[in-house]
Amino acid sequence: MNDALISYCLRIGDSTLVLGQRLAEWCSKGPMLEEDIALTNMSLDLFGQSRMLYSYVAELIGDGETEDTLAFQRNEREFFNFLISERPNGHFGETIVRSFFVDAFNFHFYTKLKESKNEVLSAFAEKSLKEVIYHLRHTSQWVIRLGDGTEESKEKVQGSIDSLWPYTEDMFDMSDGDRQLVEEGIAIDLDSIKADWKKTIDDVLAKAKLTLPENAYMHKGSRKGLHSEFLGHLLCEMQYIQRSYPNSEW
Amino acid sequence: MTTEENIWKLLEEVPDPEIPVLSIIDLGVVRTVKVHDSGVLIEITSTYSGCPATDVFIADIKSKLAENNIEGVEVKMKFSPAWTTDWLTENGKKKLKEYGIAPPVNEPDKSILFAKPFVVPCPKCNSKSTKMLSQFGSTACKSLYQCNECSEPFDYFKCLK
Ligand SMILES: [Zn+2]
Repeated sequence: MNDALISYCLRIGDSTLVLGQRLAEWCSKGPMLEEDIALTNMSLDLFGQSRMLYSYVAELIGDGETEDTLAFQRNEREFFNFLISERPNGHFGETIVRSFFVDAFNFHFYTKLKESKNEVLSAFAEKSLKEVIYHLRHTSQWVIRLGDGTEESKEKVQGSIDSLWPYTEDMFDMSDGDRQLVEEGIAIDLDSIKADWKKTIDDVLAKAKLTLPENAYMHKGSRKGLHSEFLGHLLCEMQYIQRSYPNSEW
Repeated sequence: MTTEENIWKLLEEVPDPEIPVLSIIDLGVVRTVKVHDSGVLIEITSTYSGCPATDVFIADIKSKLAENNIEGVEVKMKFSPAWTTDWLTENGKKKLKEYGIAPPVNEPDKSILFAKPFVVPCPKCNSKSTKMLSQFGSTACKSLYQCNECSEPFDYFKCLK
């Protein structure tokens, strides 16, 4: 059956959706106009990426499922987004660090996923990679600027690195279904991108004069649909209209 | 009798909702037009995956063709190959500049994180002394620039490859 493929696509689509929703929370609250626009631009790209996968998943499931029902009518435990994507925005630097870790992951992940034997996934990766490069460039530049900035900005952004780092391992978690898809040439073995991802992080942090915490406890669970207390609140807000007025359209 | 050529012509009259000086043909988003027994199939690609203009393209294409009594129109999204700014027509680039938006220039290797800065000439005075204000602009496809000579702020249509 397609269960493994559906779950794999949801893993990617949910992560981009939830991070997109977090970035959208900055709309009209950015620290300056240009950043307000940048954060919401990135959010829009991420929503678009989710839609590509959700419409594919809806096709695979059939039975009246749509991209909207997938986004707005599933509960927490049915979401497979990275734990890090649901972390609250915090201050601007915290939002940047969160995106930086994820963008660097997506950059290496999509680069590999372009070679997937599944045509939808490879087309998705080809398109999304072009966008992610802009995102990663933007968040990297901010990490450097804040890390190598004032005493206050350095302290704050170092604090965000320390508190978000323990959620990074979770991005690399794979299910048995994922491993099956790796065998079939559809999914990517995430162990194979880890070293490249780490190098991107290390290079930027060195420029930023920031450090990674040592021996941090690593949280996991999102691949199985186990989340932190924050996802439910996020879904509440995001799904409110569809829950109150099911199947309403713009 | 509806011909494919005829439809391509009509589509030249459908503007990009965000940059109305461009048609969707100038933008290069229309990939295929096929006339078959029971109607017409049109395949389009989105510029950026989250571009809100995409849904408007679809509605506008349908209403344009309906106005011309062309029925059975199906508009499908095509994700691959991904849209690139190379698909902007030369005419489109010219129109962009006249409109005050700097057309995409050939940027250095996009896969390098900290690529060297490149020159985006000012669409008003053609000066090559300009600076980027923000990588992200009023829409997904644009960055914000300012001219050092004439001080004019302007949009740059980002190179996407
Ligand atoms: Zn000028």
